[in-house]
Amino acid sequence: METLIEVHGLEKTFTLHNQNSARIAVLNDVTLSVGSGECVALVGPSGAGKSTLLRCLFGNYLASAGAIRLRHEGRWVDLPQSAPREILALRRSTLGYVSQFLRVIPRVPTLDVVAEPLRELGVETASARERAAALLARLHLPERLWHLPPATFSGGEQQRVNIARGLIAEKPILLLDEPTASLDAANAERVAELIDEARRRGAAIVGIFHDTEIRGRVATRLHPVAVEKFEAVA
Amino acid sequence: MSAQHGDRAAAAKTPGPLSQLAGKGGGAPLLRVEGLSRKYGGRIGCSDVSFDLHAGEVLAVVGESGSGKSTLLQLLATRLALDAGSLHYQITGRGLVDLSALSEADRRWLMRTDWGYVEQNPRDGLRMNVSAGANVGERLMAVGARHYGEIRSTAKDWLQRVEMDPARLDELPTGFSGGMQQRLQIARNLVTRPRLVFMDEPTAGLDVSVQARLLDLLRELVTDLGLAAVIVTHDLAVARLLAHRILVMREGRVVETGLTDQVLDDPQHPYTQLLVSSVLQV
Repeated sequence: METLIEVHGLEKTFTLHNQNSARIAVLNDVTLSVGSGECVALVGPSGAGKSTLLRCLFGNYLASAGAIRLRHEGRWVDLPQSAPREILALRRSTLGYVSQFLRVIPRVPTLDVVAEPLRELGVETASARERAAALLARLHLPERLWHLPPATFSGGEQQRVNIARGLIAEKPILLLDEPTASLDAANAERVAELIDEARRRGAAIVGIFHDTEIRGRVATRLHPVAVEKFEAVA
Repeated sequence: MSAQHGDRAAAAKTPGPLSQLAGKGGGAPLLRVEGLSRKYGGRIGCSDVSFDLHAGEVLAVVGESGSGKSTLLQLLATRLALDAGSLHYQITGRGLVDLSALSEADRRWLMRTDWGYVEQNPRDGLRMNVSAGANVGERLMAVGARHYGEIRSTAKDWLQRVEMDPARLDELPTGFSGGMQQRLQIARNLVTRPRLVFMDEPTAGLDVSVQARLLDLLRELVTDLGLAAVIVTHDLAVARLLAHRILVMREGRVVETGLTDQVLDDPQHPYTQLLVSSVLQV
C-alpha cells in the first residue's frame, strides 16, 4: 500500500491579535499517515480540532509547526513549505475537499459547478457536463435543478452538489468534512457507496463522520483527535 | 513589431482555449516586482513591495483607503515613476525585460495591446464622445486591424461577450448605465487579448445586484482567457471570488500575503484579522 499522506508533529495555534493576543492551541503534535485505499475517520468530541486538521491538510489553515507531506504527481510536496501556486496545482489534480457547506458562486448553474474541477483539468465542457450529470443522477438530485444555481437549494441538495463537485475529478487524496450531515439515510447510503468506490480505486481518504453508522460503514480505521485546547503561556 | 501586431489582431477574433496556466509548474514569472517604493513628499505611498506574478494568476491587493494599493497599481502599470525598486515583464520573444529600460514606443505598445487597465470609474477608461463600437474598435486598430467590417463584427462579438445588446454598437456610452459602461470598458480592454490586466476597484461604483453580475462575468473571462490580473479592491468578497492570491497592504507596506482562502480564513497579521473580522456577514 502506497502512502499518500504523511503528517508529522503538526501543531496549530490560533493567535487572536485583536483579543488581547489570546493564543488557542488546537492541534499539538499530530502524526498521521494514510495510504492508498484507506479511509481514516477522525474521531473526537466537538471542538477537538477535527475540522482544523482537515483544513490544515487542504492548506486552508496555515500549520504553526510540523510537516504535511502529500504525494502529488509522483513526488512528495510539503504543504506548509509550498507557494500558493503550488498548493493550487496540488488541489487541481491531487487534493479534493468536501466542506460542510457549499460556497456558492452566483449565477453558475449546478451542472457547471459540479463540472468545474474536470474543466480545470482540461476536460472538454461537453464531456465534463455529461459526467457531472451522471454523478448528480446517482446522487438522486432532481434533474430540474441541474440548470439552476444551487444558492436556493435545500441543505441536503446543496450537500449533494458539494459532494459531486468534490468527487467528480477522482482525485487521489480526499478530505471529507461531514459529507452526510444533512442527508437522509437513503441519500447517505449513496454517498457511502461513492466513498467506497473512491477508496477501491486507490484514493487515500480522511473524513469526519458524525453519524456512527455511516462511519462504521465507510471507515477502514479510526484516528482519535484529542482535546488539546489551552491558553498557551505568553 | 508589425508582424506581432498582425498576429494579435488575428488572435483577437477567435476565443482562445481555456487556459490551464494558473499555478502550474515553474518557469519565469510574467511580472517580477522588486522593492517597489514611492513617496509623496515626506509621506510614504508605497514601500518596498516585491512579488512575482505568473501567467494566468490573479492577485488581489486589499487594504483600506490610503493603504497604498492604488499607488501600487499605478506604479505597476508604469503610470507613476518609481523612487526605488524595479519592474520586469516577460515580453514575448524577448524574455524578462526591465520596464524602465523600455523605449517609450515599446512601453506604449505594451499598454495598448498586451496590458489592460480597468479604471474604477468607467468614464476615465472610455472615450465618452465616441460610440461603444469605436471604443472597442480603437484598441483593435492599435494592434493593426484595418478592415472596417471585421473590426465592427469583433466589436459586436465583444459586446455580446460582456452581455451587452450588440444593437447598441453605435450609441455613445454616455447613455449607458454605470454597469453597462463598466462592461464596455472591460470589453475595450480585453479585445486585444492582453496577458496582464490591472483593475482598480472594478465593481466599487455599482449597485450590489449589478456588482454580482459583473464579478461573475469577470470571473468567467479571467478563467477562459487565462489572464493574469492585479485587482485592487477593498472588498474581501471580490478578492475571494476572483483571486488566487492576496496581498494585504497597510500604510504603504505589504503586511501579509498568501493563498486567498488561507489569508481570509486564517489571517495571521493583526491588521488582516481586523479586516476579516470587520466584514458583515449576510
